Amino acid sequence: MGLVQLAPRLGVVEENLERHLEALAEARSRRVELAVFPELGLTGYLLQDLNADVAMRLDDRRLQRLADATRDLSAVVSFVEESEDHQLYISAALLEDGELRHVHRKVFLPNYGLFDERRFFAAGTLMRSTPSRLGVRLGICVCEDFWHMPTPLLLALDGAQILVNVSSSPGRDLASINESGLGTADSWRGINRTYAQLTTSFVIFVNRVGVDESITFWGGSEVVAPDGTTVFQAPLHAEGVFVAELDLAALRRERIAMPLLRDERPEVVLRQLERIVRRRAGEHEAGGEPRDESDDEAEAVP
Amino acid sequence: MSAPARPRADLPYELPAELQIDTDVARTITAGFIRSQLEQAGFERAVLGLSGGIDSALVAHLVAEAIGAERLLCVLMPYRTSSAESRSHAEEVAGRLEAPSRLVDISPIVDGYFDSGSAPEGEPRAEALRRGNFMARARMEVLYDHSVTWRGLVVGTSNKTETLIGYTTLWGDSASAFNPIGDLYKSQVRQLAEAMGVPDAILRKQPSADLWPGQTDEAEVGSSYAELDRLLYWMVDRRRTEDELVEMGFERAFVDRVVKLVATSEFKRQMPPVAKLGPRTAGVDYLYPRRRPGSTRR
Repeated sequence: MGLVQLAPRLGVVEENLERHLEALAEARSRRVELAVFPELGLTGYLLQDLNADVAMRLDDRRLQRLADATRDLSAVVSFVEESEDHQLYISAALLEDGELRHVHRKVFLPNYGLFDERRFFAAGTLMRSTPSRLGVRLGICVCEDFWHMPTPLLLALDGAQILVNVSSSPGRDLASINESGLGTADSWRGINRTYAQLTTSFVIFVNRVGVDESITFWGGSEVVAPDGTTVFQAPLHAEGVFVAELDLAALRRERIAMPLLRDERPEVVLRQLERIVRRRAGEHEAGGEPRDESDDEAEAVP
Repeated sequence: MSAPARPRADLPYELPAELQIDTDVARTITAGFIRSQLEQAGFERAVLGLSGGIDSALVAHLVAEAIGAERLLCVLMPYRTSSAESRSHAEEVAGRLEAPSRLVDISPIVDGYFDSGSAPEGEPRAEALRRGNFMARARMEVLYDHSVTWRGLVVGTSNKTETLIGYTTLWGDSASAFNPIGDLYKSQVRQLAEAMGVPDAILRKQPSADLWPGQTDEAEVGSSYAELDRLLYWMVDRRRTEDELVEMGFERAFVDRVVKLVATSEFKRQMPPVAKLGPRTAGVDYLYPRRRPGSTRR
């Protein structure tokens, strides 16, 4: 597979589209089967009020041009999607064999620190895996989605064997105690490794490089195997198409040796989540403990 | 690989452990930032005021590393009371980098205003400060004029410490097209300057705004930069409350004084507010990136 660590030009869709087509051609010539581009690779990240100017409907001819370049390969690309009812989403699409096969709309939009995404974008509501021409299901998500634990869990339970996170992660915290020199990079690496291991899936993380206004994106895209070992790590801050090998047999071995997904208890999670959501909504505060919990206790008595 | 965070005893300056940065990563990021700012604005060259102090010396090195010294114009702008040492240090930096430089004596500009009867009568005590601020703004004017003839953007040289405590002249030294070191504390400026080979004499000397003879930053601010930087780091970057800072060992009076300096200079770090009248107001609800399609002035 190919990790396309590029530096989009802010707001210049046509130029970024050309860069995508060039990278796809390079990926094809290097026998890449899955090419992954970073979050908002077609538009740049810090758009603010440019969000509507660069938005694309899913039938946009520019997306179709990209799709046309995916005969016999898969690509994950990201852009601002305008829905039929004119909501703007940060989306990542799976393009395969000339078609747009799946779209993920970023569910978790950060609005703290240097982030202001909820001002400019609508939040997606779906977390689904998707089949791919690679023969395994992909779990596509965008940047901040990975800073929320339900994301890897839901995607893996929904059948994903490869989690694909596309990011525009701004580098910060230069303290020299950090392994890579950047606090952000250390945090991401920890997350990627943990999720790969806990979901026994491959994690493909593709982060952009370049500069939007004040912020510099650090790259460092990587592939982590289902046992948590790092398969490939792209350099920090360098632009390029980086090719890594995914051994799907390793995934099968890991899932048989560590059947963590088999032993997940989604029904328990669901029941507990329903209870917690009700409690957090204040439904049980007056009436004490809900009845179903005392039922559980009664059941436990032999 | 990065060094472990412990105080280093081998330095010509004090570097608190928590402020140590990975200088390689800092160089990579600032170089990319400088190139990108110029490219996005459609410029290939840069200009800065070289004072002989460590901040502008570091920025000169960073710009030279990013785009080549031949594309950086260093402007030396002494006033008649500026120290001769400052000037020779500035000349040394430009000379070692082999960057083009120009000397502009700002004395006639400043004296022309203050000594011609144009300046209003003020309290004698405030005179030195007024002249100092005027000098900083005169230098800004000279730089922006050179920006036109040199066809280069003005690079800022204010560090994070002085920006946070407001030890800057509004529209003077704080004015620039972009600033590569504005998020580095003075201690970190020193660390990066050392890594980039800024002359030792500049690293070792007492920082000074050089607005009047014998002035030093640390005497004016009333603390060492190392201590001030540590306090600001824990207060601003690590969000410690005043009580927590005192518990960490900072003097209560020192904390109070710095909190006040930061609060009273908030206005210097922001664009002036515009009265909201229309449907869409610049800086309020008209929010565009500075550099957007069509913004290149080429």
